[in-house]
Amino acid sequence: MKFGIVVFPGTWSDGDCYYAVKDILGQEARYVWHKDQDISDIDCIIIPGGFSYGDYLRTGAIARFSPIMREIDKFAANGGLVIGICNGFQILCEAGLLPGVLIRNDHLQFRCEWVNLRIETKLTPFTSECDIGQVLQIPISHGEGNYYVDDETLDLLERDGRVVFRYCDYDGSVNASSNPNGSVKNIAGIVNEKRNVLGMMPHPERCCEYSLGGEDGKLLFESIISTIGVMKS
Amino acid sequence: MDINIPKETLDEIALSEQEYIEIVNRLGREPNHVELGMFGALWSEHCGYKHSKLLLTGLPSQSSRLIVSAGEENAGVVDIGDGLAIAMKIESHNHPSAVEPFQGAATGVGGIVRDIFAMGARPIALLNSLKFGPLNEINNMHLFNGVIGGISWYGNCIGVPDVGGEVTFAECYSGNPLVNAMCVGILETDGLIRARASGNGNLLILVGSSTGRDGIHGASGLASRTFEKEREMRPTVQVGNAFMEKTLIEACLNVAKAGLLVGMQDLGAAGMTSSVVEAAEKGESGVIIDIAKVPRREEGMTAYEIMLSESQERMLLIVTPENENLVKDIFYDWDLEAVVIGQVVDGNMITVMDGEQIEAYLPIDILTDPPLYKMTSEVPEYMHESGKLEMSDVPIPLDDPNIVLSKLLSSHNIASKEMIYRQYDHQVQTNTIQGPGGDAAVLRIKGTDKAIALTTDANGRYCYLDPYSGGAIAVAEACRNLACVGAEPLAITDCLNFGNPERPDIYYQLESCITGISAACKALGIPVISGNVSLYNETRGTAIWPTPAIGALGLLENSELSTTIAFKDEGDIVILIGSESLDTDIESLSGSEYLYLIHGQTQGVPSIDLTLEAKVQNICRQSIRDGFIKSAHDCSDGGLAVTLAESCIAGKIGVICDIRVDDRWDIALFSESQSRIVVSLSPENLEVFEETALNIGVPFSILGIVGGDRLIWGSLLDSNIERLTDTWKNAIANDISA
Repeated sequence: MKFGIVVFPGTWSDGDCYYAVKDILGQEARYVWHKDQDISDIDCIIIPGGFSYGDYLRTGAIARFSPIMREIDKFAANGGLVIGICNGFQILCEAGLLPGVLIRNDHLQFRCEWVNLRIETKLTPFTSECDIGQVLQIPISHGEGNYYVDDETLDLLERDGRVVFRYCDYDGSVNASSNPNGSVKNIAGIVNEKRNVLGMMPHPERCCEYSLGGEDGKLLFESIISTIGVMKS
Repeated sequence: MDINIPKETLDEIALSEQEYIEIVNRLGREPNHVELGMFGALWSEHCGYKHSKLLLTGLPSQSSRLIVSAGEENAGVVDIGDGLAIAMKIESHNHPSAVEPFQGAATGVGGIVRDIFAMGARPIALLNSLKFGPLNEINNMHLFNGVIGGISWYGNCIGVPDVGGEVTFAECYSGNPLVNAMCVGILETDGLIRARASGNGNLLILVGSSTGRDGIHGASGLASRTFEKEREMRPTVQVGNAFMEKTLIEACLNVAKAGLLVGMQDLGAAGMTSSVVEAAEKGESGVIIDIAKVPRREEGMTAYEIMLSESQERMLLIVTPENENLVKDIFYDWDLEAVVIGQVVDGNMITVMDGEQIEAYLPIDILTDPPLYKMTSEVPEYMHESGKLEMSDVPIPLDDPNIVLSKLLSSHNIASKEMIYRQYDHQVQTNTIQGPGGDAAVLRIKGTDKAIALTTDANGRYCYLDPYSGGAIAVAEACRNLACVGAEPLAITDCLNFGNPERPDIYYQLESCITGISAACKALGIPVISGNVSLYNETRGTAIWPTPAIGALGLLENSELSTTIAFKDEGDIVILIGSESLDTDIESLSGSEYLYLIHGQTQGVPSIDLTLEAKVQNICRQSIRDGFIKSAHDCSDGGLAVTLAESCIAGKIGVICDIRVDDRWDIALFSESQSRIVVSLSPENLEVFEETALNIGVPFSILGIVGGDRLIWGSLLDSNIERLTDTWKNAIANDISA
């Protein structure tokens, strides 16, 4: 399968995502420049972390108008898999592909640290290789990862099992002290209604090797690879 | 000679009347306004190293791995094998940070990063050495928050991990914080780009941000003389655009990789003036530029302002005419401006035009050849008293040793800096095997088995008490930190932060400190490959402690064989390398954190035996390479007890030591004698360690064994590790919120 890794001016996890899926997981991958118009060769689009356009104005607010976002819109509508990580999540929310918004961390500081994530559903192409309740260790690195959504939509997300990850303790309990940014209901990642578009604040590409502190991030990429494998067969 | 220039004009650009006369003599005429501004910038301390160059030439600069030596280019470069090389440099942004901490620190990061990618190297790591006044003063708190915030914002936005450094506090830095930023880059050895403007007819292309009035006189005014806090200097501080920097990195590295460059140079201190003049000097050519072509962000700017603006995020490319459009295409693809502003010409003159009008016409060799001063040097008055340290002046504390340990662990100089570094992205680029919090950061080099180790070290208190030893100790400790992760030191970069060198006592500090740095480099076999000098660090007439910050680079042939400071397994033997006994002499408390914190004294004469130091580092490195060292931690601020506590905290496991200590337990536990490392290993490897130590001739003593959940030392210490962790981890945050 082939991953397409989107590069906006200001993106900086592009190389990390490329290395993870290509060198660690042995998949095909190519960069997709934000001015590109053709992504017909891609099976899964990754919108990586960074500060697209400096995140001036508001995170993701400028990037959503980039030419590639029109293509990604069509790609997602046709069932293509899209994963937005960190800034990618912010962009997907701005573009309306996911509900809600990422606002400044409640403590107003940037945070780079390891967090625990509880898997809330395996009924997504991104978590099919995980178990419900499983706790993954994954790093976060953001200043604006405080997920907010109105109550009505939140109910909908919960009802449909579209909350994919929650920040939790090492033992899986979800509480205020394990919430690194003030996100509503400790939400760290969600999917769209069709479940083919995932947004998450933590960085799975940073934990695909033991030497960097852990391999839990591989589970998400392996889920994608196996889903695509099934879709193609 | 009659000089027709008001003193205020010279003051504005920090030139003396004597220097002005010299300019007139050498030019054979008086310079015009624009020309004088250019002289002011290039003959400033910041660009011209007037007071330090004669001392700096004594530093060891040679190594078999050297590709670019100190002063040759924007940064030094060393070979790490496999066709790869590392570029690195440390630089100060103290004065701008004192005026406007957020932007001052942010643009400090931006500037040092440009020095690295100007050489065709991809920036892969940032480190900072930061010094502040005590946080219980509100202005220091403001500076602290601003500086950390600025570094965090800029570094995070450009996607270069901030992997290490240090933050300490002392009264002398109140209102004059030290903000030293280090950047490290990687390049293919045949991809090195030099900052040279050569080849008659080649084009000078200005890329990146437009030019505004920010930062005019930054080099001459802020960085090159004493300034009073009261004075309003905000307009001389630049404002950063980290997003622009990120796109500049990518576009510049793209054109470099495509082989489209003759040379590349950043626009840093003294902006266009130093960038163009220095590139022409290195290229042994003349240049002609037309400032009418420079994209501006403000209307009505004069030639003077354009030549001296320190607007950030600008680079100068030297390109052959046939590559002009290829270069522009790449920049346009990144939505960046790229404008031809001039060309290289034969000869040695710089001509600055504004359209048809000649604004400046100067010989480059005079601009780049400021007078160099050897000043009078005199032992500082205080040193006649500060060296005295008698046993009777330091009573044994009435407090229980556990309480003293606890106090030391909550000292802001020793306490965990996690609340700071968790605001920095230290993992992006996915190379960070060890991030901040250990003795040195370790970054793997993708595509090889290797890793590099990085650290910064500066101890102003030692240098204040003895500038020579202090300088030597800074180098030794930085390299010892590298040894503790198993790395061989390859090179250092230094940032020399001092007071006003025109004062004999300060000049003495500078001179002695450089001699000490030099001695340690020779003993450890490493060169100084780059650096920067920040003088005139004083507020209201009082100089900071002499504070050389040393950034060190080490190499591990096998990235899997690096160690951490954390104790690992129950039953492991804990060994002190470097001494066969515990300290008992009062001198070993010289300049220690214990002496300051518990007794309120900054006294004594720190010392170091460099021969022993080299051996200690050697055995530590060798044993890690042989694979039997499980943890290694340099014994530094706070002494042996603090070192043990930190290894316990990191490993979440206790230790039991049982060496008899005489009545001066405070000296045994908290002395800061140099050249000591605490390691742990499995009992079955003890014999081979002992043999190696005997062969190398290194003294050592067995301290105890790892295990339990307490730090126990005979009947002296018995502290719960979780409690110590809590104390150490939350000290700074608790005090700030209190």
